[in-house]
Amino acid sequence: MDLSIVIENLPLYLQGLWLTVQLVVMALFFGMLLAIPIALLRTSKNPLVYGIPWAYIYFFRGTPLLVQLFMIYHGLGQFEVVQKSFLWPFLKEAYWCALLAFALNTAAYTAEILRGAIEQTAFGEVEAARACGMSRALMFRRIILPSAFRRALPAYGNEVIFMLHGSAIASVVTLVDLLGAGRIVNSRHFAPYESYLTAGLFYLGLTFLIVWGFKMWERRWHAHLRPRET
Amino acid sequence: MAETAPASNGAQPALVAEDIHKSFGDLEVLKGVSITAHEGDVIAVLGSSGSGKSTFLRCVNLLETPNAGTITVSGETIRLKPDGRGGLAAEDPRQIQRIRTRLAMVFQGFNLWSHMTALENVIEAPVHVLKVPKAEAVERAEAILEKVGVYEHRSYYPAHMSGGQQQRVAIARALAMEPAVMLFDEPTSALDPELVGEVLRVIRKLAEEGRTMIVVTHEMGFAREVSSETIFLHQGRIEEQGPPQQVFQTQRSDRFRQFLAGNLK
Repeated sequence: MDLSIVIENLPLYLQGLWLTVQLVVMALFFGMLLAIPIALLRTSKNPLVYGIPWAYIYFFRGTPLLVQLFMIYHGLGQFEVVQKSFLWPFLKEAYWCALLAFALNTAAYTAEILRGAIEQTAFGEVEAARACGMSRALMFRRIILPSAFRRALPAYGNEVIFMLHGSAIASVVTLVDLLGAGRIVNSRHFAPYESYLTAGLFYLGLTFLIVWGFKMWERRWHAHLRPRET
Repeated sequence: MAETAPASNGAQPALVAEDIHKSFGDLEVLKGVSITAHEGDVIAVLGSSGSGKSTFLRCVNLLETPNAGTITVSGETIRLKPDGRGGLAAEDPRQIQRIRTRLAMVFQGFNLWSHMTALENVIEAPVHVLKVPKAEAVERAEAILEKVGVYEHRSYYPAHMSGGQQQRVAIARALAMEPAVMLFDEPTSALDPELVGEVLRVIRKLAEEGRTMIVVTHEMGFAREVSSETIFLHQGRIEEQGPPQQVFQTQRSDRFRQFLAGNLK
């Protein structure tokens, strides 16, 4: 175990850490923005409405994240339409491709978590909302979604951790995230144990922060489920 | 806005439900039920389970859509149109939303919003539906919670209160809407016997204040002592109707006598 390799390359790891955090935070943000409407459409009883969200969720949960990343990063460039479109400056960059793949992927999982939570909303609470004159939109915004988000929190914490670890495949498309930094260090020093263990410890640290953050969040949001404080 | 002409003498009823029919599949639950509630009336609706009394109440604010009939609240008739499946649906969702704010409902199972405290439950609809400024809504809500005796529990979540306390918060939530008519759907049926009294006392107090209410209940004593009109429903039809003294004394129908004898739950 040669700690000097780790210390010498610490700036590279920190750079990788920053990229990983950027990708994961932005993917989760855009994923959530996408997941809410997808989940709402998915709970419809009309096949014309829930069909597309259903297929979307099925595809993104049904294929590996790596395949999705390759299809976007390597696959899209093969179409001339894409190359000529205004999106090409973004889609030729590994960074944006990874972000797109991650956001689309986590949106599918998050939508499914939310769908379950929305469908579990106590029917009586929905009726009470209708009975006091709430419109559907208001009822979703004030009653159904806030209560669904609370139910979804533990499962969503899991999804955030999965997304963090899944983001390691960004290193496969040339990006120097945490794992990318580990790969570079390994190729320079031929010290796989030190290089990957260091990357692993960074992931462990991030996971710890996520778990702690969700614990705090649950303490705040699940006060109504805990025994009464005396 | 298509409104029916108000009664010329100015004393228009708070609520008129006329000839309400409701079927679930082949089962006809309501076979033409009509009631009129004038301001200050307390109408107790009795009946054994399956008589259609809860369904009737739920048709009044369109939680169930009736198959036929008309509903008029403070002179405004709810515009209904065929829903394509043999029932009726609100022609304009905004009209029914507006009318529902005038018909507050208290449910058998309380149905408080579990992620909100007692106070938040009470101010929710005033702030977000009626657009009352929050500070004002809080002030009013606290006064109402005080009145129903759960002010000390205002920051409790529903799961941290007893059934009787939850139901009183639910009554406070209904009162906060300052409704024209309050609809009670078996408000004490889900409560432990020793908690029934505290909820009935609150409802009785509201009746004495002259609030217009329709109370579906199994509490004979309450119907007899508090209501201004008692209705007995049997198999989707009104079997007895009148001032409670008269209804309980004459007991014209056999069904009502059997019902009272068994005091069926």
